[in-house]
Amino acid sequence: MDLHFGDSKPTDEERAAIDALLGPPESSWEGAARDEMRAADLRWARGGREARERRDLLLPGLHAVNDRIGWVSEGALDYLCRRLTVPPAEAYGVATFYAMFSVRPRPATVLHVCTDLACAAAGAAELCAGVEARLGPGSGVGVQRSPCLGLCERAPAALAVRAGDPVRTAVSAPATVARAAEAASAPDSAPEEPPAAFAVPQSGDPSLVLLSRVGVVDPASLDDYRAHGGYAALRQAFALGPAGVIREVTDAGLVGRGGAAFPTGRKWQATASQPDRPHYLVCNADESEPGTFKDRVVMEGDPYALVEAMTIAAYAVGAHKGYLYLRGEYPRALRRMEHAIGQARARGLLGEDVLGQGYAFDIEIRRGAGAYICGEETALFNSIEGYRGEPRSKPPFPVEKGLFGRPTAENNVETLVNVLPILTRGAEAYAAIGTPGSTGPKLYCVSGSVDRPGIYELPFGATLGELLALAGVRERLRAVLLGGAAGGFVRPDELDIPLTFEGTRAAGTTLGSGVVMAFDDTVPLPRLLLRIAEFFRDESCGQCVPCRVGTVRQEEALHRIAERRGAAAADDLALLREVGRAMRDASICGLGQTAWNAVESAIDRLGAYE
Amino acid sequence: MTAIPLGVPRRLVEFTLDGQEVRVPEGSTILDACRAAGKEVPTLCQGDTLTPKNACRVCVVELEGARTLVPACSRKAEAGMEVRTDTERARHSRKLVIELLASSVDLSTTPEVAGWIKEYEAKPDRFGPDAARLDEEPKIDNGLYVRDYDKCILCYKCVDACGDQWQNTFAISVSGRGFDARIAVEHDAPLTDSACVYCGNCIEVCPTGALSFKSEFDMRAAGTWDESAQTETTTVCAYCGVGCNLTLHVQDNEIVKVTSPHDNPVTHGNLCIKGRFGYQHVQNRD
Repeated sequence: MDLHFGDSKPTDEERAAIDALLGPPESSWEGAARDEMRAADLRWARGGREARERRDLLLPGLHAVNDRIGWVSEGALDYLCRRLTVPPAEAYGVATFYAMFSVRPRPATVLHVCTDLACAAAGAAELCAGVEARLGPGSGVGVQRSPCLGLCERAPAALAVRAGDPVRTAVSAPATVARAAEAASAPDSAPEEPPAAFAVPQSGDPSLVLLSRVGVVDPASLDDYRAHGGYAALRQAFALGPAGVIREVTDAGLVGRGGAAFPTGRKWQATASQPDRPHYLVCNADESEPGTFKDRVVMEGDPYALVEAMTIAAYAVGAHKGYLYLRGEYPRALRRMEHAIGQARARGLLGEDVLGQGYAFDIEIRRGAGAYICGEETALFNSIEGYRGEPRSKPPFPVEKGLFGRPTAENNVETLVNVLPILTRGAEAYAAIGTPGSTGPKLYCVSGSVDRPGIYELPFGATLGELLALAGVRERLRAVLLGGAAGGFVRPDELDIPLTFEGTRAAGTTLGSGVVMAFDDTVPLPRLLLRIAEFFRDESCGQCVPCRVGTVRQEEALHRIAERRGAAAADDLALLREVGRAMRDASICGLGQTAWNAVESAIDRLGAYE
Repeated sequence: MTAIPLGVPRRLVEFTLDGQEVRVPEGSTILDACRAAGKEVPTLCQGDTLTPKNACRVCVVELEGARTLVPACSRKAEAGMEVRTDTERARHSRKLVIELLASSVDLSTTPEVAGWIKEYEAKPDRFGPDAARLDEEPKIDNGLYVRDYDKCILCYKCVDACGDQWQNTFAISVSGRGFDARIAVEHDAPLTDSACVYCGNCIEVCPTGALSFKSEFDMRAAGTWDESAQTETTTVCAYCGVGCNLTLHVQDNEIVKVTSPHDNPVTHGNLCIKGRFGYQHVQNRD
């Protein structure tokens, strides 16, 4: 690799931000000034394997610069590339992949205003227009329209990020023009967010399994967590041994809660049995499906549960290193998880000798930077490794060649925290919850036209109607979106659909990640569909043709028929079907394959254009 | 005595291709099997000297038991597979891929595409006159080659050839995301400010003519480019002792383009700046 750098130099602040992450440069090749050098230290560079092994620090490096300065300049990018021996063209490709980074100058404060489904139904368009009018040029705030911020229970939502040392954030939700502008102009004095339990209307209910501690324990206190049953599951895991844990999880019938519903025990067994070492555990907390916010609430309200669950999973699959890939737009979840991991490490619950059992495990947090596609398991690996977050083709599957090409078990946050009750209660008692085909409790993210939006926990098998009644569904229900943008709409007369994997499948729809979004007849359906199409067009990584161009053509057709019905829309509906079919059949990953699901269901089930 | 390398003997894998039993060496792709059986499967992003990226999805085929179609170019043949290459479902996706590309990218210099449009009855116009296109202007920032990204289908072949698969220069990458993704050097700078070493190995693998010799680009603009009037002569590069094979494309007694045979064991189609572009002295007549 023959690296070529331009003449741009980093500013002192950019250099300091990168050095704070990577340490001071060790040779002049890496950008150290000559008078700082020791005599023996002329122009050597890290090369070969040693250089490649640091490539995964590219994304944290970009975050460091963006957090401190607010954007990534040529000089900063070049300096980061020098430090990591990364070709600048590739680093530029990575920096321009993520929505939260800018390679053009912009104000230090950026206000992300959510314009996605739940917020759109709660007046995001007016909020956006008002905020943009108030925070015009010269206000020192850049306003950026954003996909779902995962704050749907408090829609409409806005997130202010002010670059500096340290970076400051403020959430305004439910936001008004005045409150959002205030959060952006003075993030430090913005009112504190309500506690995580605010998003759990059932909080305190003794029948809760996964959410039992949210709102009950102090999320900052490890002692409080232990006093409420914390770390009993890990002790049980050590008593069972790795194979015993996998057997329990398999017998419990746990399947992945991220949307694909793959049996967790099988995934762990396949990873554990790979001879190649090391093994990795990755927790996918890049929750970006519009309407999903359960992982955020779990991490904010019960962070130690995730630390414990990751430790158990890693122990089962034989991993000594775990990565928590956390969504970039979740500042409070990041703080809580950082604190919890630090506390666990200080108390010997992470590190060289977990619980004195001679098992070594530690967790590293990696922040996403605004890319829905990075929730796809292989795109997430590329993102951690410092490449563009583009999905890989499968096979090979992650259990064989995952993160850094090694056997990797990747699980969603909700899936992992289910492991705790499986071990404390036993597989049999856990499997008794729910239905034979879908065992255990399930979290649902209910938002939209309901009185009490939030995260609900119900055993599998409850009907959609029961869930909506619990959340206080409002009059004049027009449609319910199940599973988010990649899911599908159902009609108000279909509320007896049982919320199980098999039940939703039989009804021709999907449970997806557990999104349940209710819409009344005040929201025009074509506008919702257009927003979903915009979302997929924005979030397509661009790798394969069916998705890259197909999502654009889908949006164009929906634009054309936004105000049309019946015969006037027929040609474009036929076109949409053809494009949708090719996206579903020929796209590389789940994003393109599901990009037409919600639109198709709205046409077929709701008669959106009749 | 010359030792002839035989390689490790490979087992044969048996599977069903369009209802017929076929046997291919282990490690072969479905595409290899199709070609060995004389079946036509269109390809764009697949390159004979590169690892398949399977980005264009024009080669998709139907695999029994798979939820989606699979790319023939990269999916390895497995024993017992049942593959069908010409089903309505596969043809539908191929047709759509061709339509989506042809409606957004200038495919005027992509070989074979006109035939596929006819064969698959593709109608790129049906997305309407307002369908978004790439709308890129040719980048002419050096005297050797032109990057006309209006013709780019984002197959990643140039990036792979420039990067770790061949040249290890890493001058270009994909930047941006989705429909706005483009091949670019860092900060979208001109090539002359980049790490480019002008080996032209990206031109060698470009399937659409988005990357072309400046000579070809100028002649096309002037309307004088005529492949039927060109001869191709393969010779050995005289610059150094490596012995790369050069294929000189000559029109009207002028060298207009230089390539290298992809099956040449020395080059695998790759050259350096001297072999690729250093031919002007041959035809300086005064």
